[in-house]
Amino acid sequence: MIINVARKELKSVFASPMGWVILALLMFAFGTYYLNGVNDYFAVMSGAMRPAERTGVTQFVAQTVYGLASFIMLFAVPLLSMRLISEERRSQTLPFLFSAPISLTEIVLGKFFGLVAFLSILIVFIALMLSTLNIWADIDFGFLIANSIGLFLLVGSFSALGLYFSSLTQQPVVAAILTFVALFALMILDRFFAGDPSNTLASLSLMRHFQSFSSGLIDTGDIAYFFLFIVTFLTLTVRRLDADRLRG
Amino acid sequence: MNNFTVEAIELTRLYGGREAVSNVSFNLSKGEVLGFLGPNGAGKSTTMKMLTGNLAPSNGSVKICGIDMMESPKEAKALIGYLPEMRPLYKELTVDEYLTIAARLHRVSSGNIKKAVEVAKERCGLGHMSKRLIENLSNGYQQRVGIAQSIIHNPMVVILDEPTVGLDPIQIRDIRALIRELGSDHSVIISTHILPEVEMVCDQVQIIDKGKLVFNGSIDVLKKQRVGNRLLIAMNNPPSIDVMLKIPGITEVEALPSGLMRVRFADDVMPAEAIVQAAVKNNWGLHQIAPDQTSLEDVFMQLTYQEQAAF
Repeated sequence: MIINVARKELKSVFASPMGWVILALLMFAFGTYYLNGVNDYFAVMSGAMRPAERTGVTQFVAQTVYGLASFIMLFAVPLLSMRLISEERRSQTLPFLFSAPISLTEIVLGKFFGLVAFLSILIVFIALMLSTLNIWADIDFGFLIANSIGLFLLVGSFSALGLYFSSLTQQPVVAAILTFVALFALMILDRFFAGDPSNTLASLSLMRHFQSFSSGLIDTGDIAYFFLFIVTFLTLTVRRLDADRLRG
Repeated sequence: MNNFTVEAIELTRLYGGREAVSNVSFNLSKGEVLGFLGPNGAGKSTTMKMLTGNLAPSNGSVKICGIDMMESPKEAKALIGYLPEMRPLYKELTVDEYLTIAARLHRVSSGNIKKAVEVAKERCGLGHMSKRLIENLSNGYQQRVGIAQSIIHNPMVVILDEPTVGLDPIQIRDIRALIRELGSDHSVIISTHILPEVEMVCDQVQIIDKGKLVFNGSIDVLKKQRVGNRLLIAMNNPPSIDVMLKIPGITEVEALPSGLMRVRFADDVMPAEAIVQAAVKNNWGLHQIAPDQTSLEDVFMQLTYQEQAAF
């Protein structure tokens, strides 16, 4: 049943030009960065004399692209997640889902996976695009995989938070702004504690946990963090929808 | 084992201490159409939301074909088709896409989805609208899509909240025919404030006012209340009331303005002929005689007014 809700969400995204336009624009941005990365690589490496200054082409190009991707998702996800529930609330289509034989958890998970599936298209495309480097060079696929997993978890966390804020309001725009502000705060949280990296608050920062993935390290601690983050906000969303049923 | 399709047991819903619906109980059997009548804000929609599991009752319970809505909501909801007052349509989709999603969400097996969509479209007269965006359909056709959505999985119980609002007279007639048709093999609950509609399509009537059931029974009972033993007579030279009372069978006479008279008569006598003969003999100038029917509106007013007076 989760998959049916997810299919419905995907259908809605692609029913309007919005979905296609976002995919196209984002891929254009990533493509440009990829191209620049390859050009810069030759410029920088020809200036690097000692072997210690040299980095692999995978790391050099992929870090640029994934760095941009994590930043762009900060804007893209709120725009896509804002309408998930608030739009249904506003056009009063929620009873359609509520009176179907599906549980609230299935509705929320379906909406979540629908959005993540859409964004995964981008993650897959980025990975494919970077893999084309393999035609000329011998690239480090492990690095790509770690980055893709990291980006996937990051996007999942953004989506879960966006879904929750979308369930709080009837106005998609309000949901988008709230989501963006919350995500931005979580992203830069560790900057405030730059002098004291062991601070507990600093380890709440999303960026800090993404960093290990972006250097090619798959750390179970970071996976657990993202997983808990997603579960927390999805649970809150289910609770919020249940309150609708109880309080009316 | 009873075979009620819907059982509502002492449903109560509080909104901040105020009772929107209080102690509503009723049963519905297979193949019956139940009409839910009531003025605005009486609690019709709230009751329907509770029946469909969209709202949790503060007290009481709902059983659909014996399955408790609170305990196993998924199984109970699978037996219901619901069209809320505000049509839950995804306007960016086409009719076919929307109905396919509805069928999928209502657990129609993947092999039967196409057929279910076709049948629902045909029943609601949507065949030629398949590829149109819902957004571009007229109000009446959108309403039909809403009804199609609620019957797509062939549910035991169909619950329609004000299904004929905003439709033109021909569409209203079509939809009423559809409701009657649905009523033959499903149980149907409709809410409305159009009284003749209830008389046309319903077997059972419930009148709800201020969250309380004020009438619950067969439509025949309501009709009987309407057609009383009364005649309305108009005469140019009306006689006195005493003279009228002498005509056999007449029990009560009430003079109305402009020469009209309302006459009550005992059961199993029909004094019309005697009145006409007396009128001709005495030159009363009779020019109108007709059975006096209270309109359904009056019955409705009486029932809801009594409730007010009791407060």
